[in-house]
Amino acid sequence: MSEKVLMKGNEALAEAAIRCGCTHFFGYPITPQTELSEYMAKQMPKRGGLYLQAESEIAAINMVLGAASAGVRVMTSSSSPGISLKCEGISYLIGSDLPCVIVNMQRGGPGLGGIQPAQSDYFQATRALGHGDGHAIVLAPATVQEVVNTTTLAFDLADIYRTPVMILGDGALGQMMEPIDFAEVPRRQCPAKDWACTGTGMKRPHNIVNSLYIQPEDLERLVEERFERYAKIEAEEALWEEQNTEDTELVLVAYGITARIAKSAMNMAREKGLKVGLVRPITLWPFPKKPLDKLSATAKRFLCVELSMGQMVEDVRLVVNGRAPVDFFGRTGGMLMTPAELLAQIEERMGK
Amino acid sequence: MSATRMMLAGFGGQGILFAGKLLAYAGMLANKNVSWLPSYGPEMRGGTANCAVIVSDEEIGSPLVPAPDVLLALNLPSFEKFEPAVEAGGLIVFDSSLIPQTSQRTDVTVCAVNATSMASDEGLNGLANMIMIGKFLRASGLFDLDTVFRALEKCVPPSKAALLEKNKQAISLGYNA
Repeated sequence: MSEKVLMKGNEALAEAAIRCGCTHFFGYPITPQTELSEYMAKQMPKRGGLYLQAESEIAAINMVLGAASAGVRVMTSSSSPGISLKCEGISYLIGSDLPCVIVNMQRGGPGLGGIQPAQSDYFQATRALGHGDGHAIVLAPATVQEVVNTTTLAFDLADIYRTPVMILGDGALGQMMEPIDFAEVPRRQCPAKDWACTGTGMKRPHNIVNSLYIQPEDLERLVEERFERYAKIEAEEALWEEQNTEDTELVLVAYGITARIAKSAMNMAREKGLKVGLVRPITLWPFPKKPLDKLSATAKRFLCVELSMGQMVEDVRLVVNGRAPVDFFGRTGGMLMTPAELLAQIEERMGK
Repeated sequence: MSATRMMLAGFGGQGILFAGKLLAYAGMLANKNVSWLPSYGPEMRGGTANCAVIVSDEEIGSPLVPAPDVLLALNLPSFEKFEPAVEAGGLIVFDSSLIPQTSQRTDVTVCAVNATSMASDEGLNGLANMIMIGKFLRASGLFDLDTVFRALEKCVPPSKAALLEKNKQAISLGYNA
């Protein structure tokens, strides 16, 4: 067994990226993500990679587009307001079928908002990381070890499906330290990047990376092909964790840091004899429909818990589709609920 | 469920986050689950600083510590803020050089230690945080000194190895105070 180390989520993410072959990082500092850029700035030059602090988030995402076109593993990271700036570039990356990893350590919004943890960018991450028909895979780790594992998975999925992948964390996950073991990280088989613009050596036709298609017939065909890929991702890549769902009357649905608070509240409720379970989506897109669909037949109600005014709750309602009431409880603006506060919500909804 | 939820609080620059990291590392070496969550933002630059550390036999849910079992307070604003929140049966260790009052609570154990003055008298300036840790270890028995010394070796970067002995000295001083 290798030795465990104690690292912040931000630093662990950066180290995991370097270990799985990320050689290029373009960023621009913003709280509460800055330690990630800082770690990259220190480590990349020592380990044969490139770190560049761009003049803006917009510049950084376009540098990601350039590096991804050349076939290298590339990443950028930011927090909420910075991600809004990157959205144009992310749409171009999606439209060019380019693999890359984008990190959002969410903070309160809208606008400059605050710097404390939030989950109010769920809609942006899962619905509209830019204009046009398109998606990015969105992964939402809940522990620092899971940050490490999902970072590796993010790079692998990006290469397998030729798509941007977002890691959606929050300020607390970025800032907190937990023990991690880099040896435990599983890997996927990735295809060769024969589409990359690496120079023809006068031995093959030019590869072209582009998102401009003037002929509507061509564009429709390309988008439809991309959606066939999305269907495969939805069928094969959804990830979630379930706890205590065998006999559940009330199902908590929460992701990331909120899922940890929900787990604490669930354990407190169980000690009081309340049949409470938890479904924790790990992929937010594709949204894990299976466990919620199954539980819709048996559970009496659902309670979606988020650090927002209610965003993921809409995906839960789409799956449950009227078969049981789906309630929502959230805090926003950088506030986190306590387990006791959530337990009171659970008790109220179960009529206790 | 056996978990110890700790809040360490004081001014930026007193080594609050480092002291918390030391306890988290000690917990890790003792094969416990641990989490360390700092306050972050403008308070890092001269204002109050605090960190929440949980050491637990079980998987750690929320990393927040709204009601600590243990409070280590190194300044008055932190003492005033967190003292009422400590769980009944909990432990408060505070630096009586900097906090000119004590807790009126009768449902918690209260330990005063003249940490900042002791540090200055013993030529251990800046190590009041480690004196506090020593006092806390003695009062709580959470970890033995050896585990904490091994954790210290993990926390002190090689560039500051010269400070290792002074840190150990400060911890022992607090432990025997």
